[in-house]
Amino acid sequence: MGIVQIIAVILILVLLVKPAGTYLYHVFSGEPNRTDRIFGGTERGIYRLIGLKQRGGMSWKKYAVSFIVTNIALVTFSYILLRLQKGLPLNPGGIGNMEETLTFNTVISFITNTNLQHYSGETGVSYFSQMAVMTMLMFTSAASGFSVAVAFVRGITGRSSVGNFFEDFVKAHIRVFIPLALLVTLALVGLHVPQTLKPALEVTTLEGQSQQIAIGPIASLESIKHIGTNGGGFFGANSAHPFENPSPLSNVLEILSMWLLPASLPYMYGKFAKNKRQGWMIFGAMMTLFVVLLGLNYAAESAGNPAVNAMGIDASQGSMEGKEVRFGIAQSALFTTVTTAATTGSVNNMHDTLTPLGSITPLTLMMLNNVFGGKGVGLVNMLMYAILGVFLCGLMVGRTPEFLGRKIEAREMKLIAIAILIHPLIILVPTAAAFLTDLGQGSISNPGFHGMTQVLYEYVSSAANNGSGFEGLADNTSFWNITTGIVMLLGRYVSIIAMLAVAGSLLRKKPVPETIGTFRTDNGLFTGILIGTVLIIGALTFLPVIVLGPIAEYLTLR
Amino acid sequence: MANSNKETAEEQQSPSKAAYIFTIIRLSAVFIVLCGIIYPLASTALAQVLMPSQANGSLLKNSAGQVVGSTLIGQNFTDQALFQSRVSSIEYKAEASGSNNYGPSNPDMLQRTSDSITQWKLDNPGVPVSELPIDLVTNSGSGLDPHITPAAAIVQIPRISNLSGIPPETLTALVSEYTEGRDLGLFGEKRVNVLKLNLALTELKAK
Repeated sequence: MGIVQIIAVILILVLLVKPAGTYLYHVFSGEPNRTDRIFGGTERGIYRLIGLKQRGGMSWKKYAVSFIVTNIALVTFSYILLRLQKGLPLNPGGIGNMEETLTFNTVISFITNTNLQHYSGETGVSYFSQMAVMTMLMFTSAASGFSVAVAFVRGITGRSSVGNFFEDFVKAHIRVFIPLALLVTLALVGLHVPQTLKPALEVTTLEGQSQQIAIGPIASLESIKHIGTNGGGFFGANSAHPFENPSPLSNVLEILSMWLLPASLPYMYGKFAKNKRQGWMIFGAMMTLFVVLLGLNYAAESAGNPAVNAMGIDASQGSMEGKEVRFGIAQSALFTTVTTAATTGSVNNMHDTLTPLGSITPLTLMMLNNVFGGKGVGLVNMLMYAILGVFLCGLMVGRTPEFLGRKIEAREMKLIAIAILIHPLIILVPTAAAFLTDLGQGSISNPGFHGMTQVLYEYVSSAANNGSGFEGLADNTSFWNITTGIVMLLGRYVSIIAMLAVAGSLLRKKPVPETIGTFRTDNGLFTGILIGTVLIIGALTFLPVIVLGPIAEYLTLR
Repeated sequence: MANSNKETAEEQQSPSKAAYIFTIIRLSAVFIVLCGIIYPLASTALAQVLMPSQANGSLLKNSAGQVVGSTLIGQNFTDQALFQSRVSSIEYKAEASGSNNYGPSNPDMLQRTSDSITQWKLDNPGVPVSELPIDLVTNSGSGLDPHITPAAAIVQIPRISNLSGIPPETLTALVSEYTEGRDLGLFGEKRVNVLKLNLALTELKAK
């Protein structure tokens, strides 16, 4: 039954990919279409409101600067608001202002679409902050990332320009995120997720005890949290909390919400490239890696923890430490795999409690950071590996490599090398640094090899802009707030700027005609090469550290 | 005329830096208001009008109409004559959710689990440990899990029957009445809501 329900969810996703990808193409291609009639008026109103007269294409530099400056404006506002939340309205819990380094970490975490949370929602932020900072940044960071991905696709498929950032940003909100979020919010309320501005409930339990139940405007955050692949929970327990995720049905809805847009982007890309097969090949490579890693987590969690199983109890359910009964192993494993593939970072079971081999799945997906991936970034990263794959093949046969009819030369490869190397660099260096200092080591809550994984996971999650955590780590200290803040910033902006530069550089090249000698990038051979490149370049870098953490722990438990 | 047209076009293509920054500030302001204020408030209004019970925490009332909790949030049951919930490091205090995040090799977790099993043996003599389902001795992720598996309810029946005098058949019938199936017959796991079950049990005893 476990495998059947997993297959059912994957099938629903695959069926939705084509319509969603087509819709996204219509939204961003700039060709007139039916969505103009519904949303065009609102958008023109907004363009007028912000004084945007020219909506012509930007240079890649202008696009990147607009993206960054908009992000700075949003983050400045959010920083001020969190530091002053005590005196602002809608604070029924009387929550105080947020501490400086924690605020620094939190605003970076949300603007970079990471949503690593070093605060706990119940006690750390007011309802107003949950709405005007958390929910707002969930929309705007997702729309920012999405715009960049579309710009990159325009660049490598040889459109006239990378597009206009402001127009993309507005369209992403008005035609994608806001309508979808409203629908999912109402569906979630229908499935019993609360949405209220009333203060915490005070009830007398069946045994006559008093129980305070934190509540709030949860559904409206929950929907965009997944649609925007953000992942920051309203509550500390995130999507394991019954108010955030009350039933298996809400779980499936949340999984599809976070998976659909990233999974539809390869199809949209195929339409932009006027080669749908190419889109499906990329999708196929992503899905292959996804299924393998999902299988690993499902098998490991079903087998359970040998040390607990040895106690003689009925452990046929699998490893239930840190998991909820309503989800069981199947819905937990699927959620864990999707949330780290799509770099959402919400959790419906505690990743710190995963069995050693089970924890390899989320770690690997975040280390690769291109299996579906978060809003846009996953597709961009996968295309980066595709270009790298083409380059490697070109070296082997001694031809100048081409991708989509454009020559790949030294400048592009240098930029791609930067984007690929920054990821392991900002994971492994701070991990090592954390072990050299008491500030880092002192926060480890699980002894032995598992502690190694805790630290590694925190930086992997920050660098991949995922935001899930091995939450036992006592990470609300200046050391962790500042180091992970910097890692999140580098993880987000360095690769995005490098890839926009690649797009700009490719746009300037003259297309070369396709000949019989052109290496085709839309067949099974290329999918194989792509997966190989991802595994050799992306995964091997991290093999030693995986051996030191999860595999060593596995060997001690066996 | 042609000249001035050209000038306007150039002006539009490269507006001054101040105008560009001002556009960005206005763009940010628009979406702060739209996504941060209008959207959540509109959602709240719609939810409160259309689905007030769900939007306010799905409260559970007893037959006298008093609220005894939320159907979604688990509770701590100390009375051995009631069905027990899962382990919760926060003892089902729902003002702040969470758990200890013990890794699989953590000695504290192994000790806690083995202590739970020892306690279980004391409370449930006559039921072999091999029948004790793992969900009863493990901590849920949220610390607020409202459910246990049907097997975890059934295994508690002999103890509750002994303490309360209710015949096991009645309790078995009660458990199967409160066993919820998989969603749409496919998704998730079969489960029993402990609070609902215990409420029914308490009202059965009162009769």
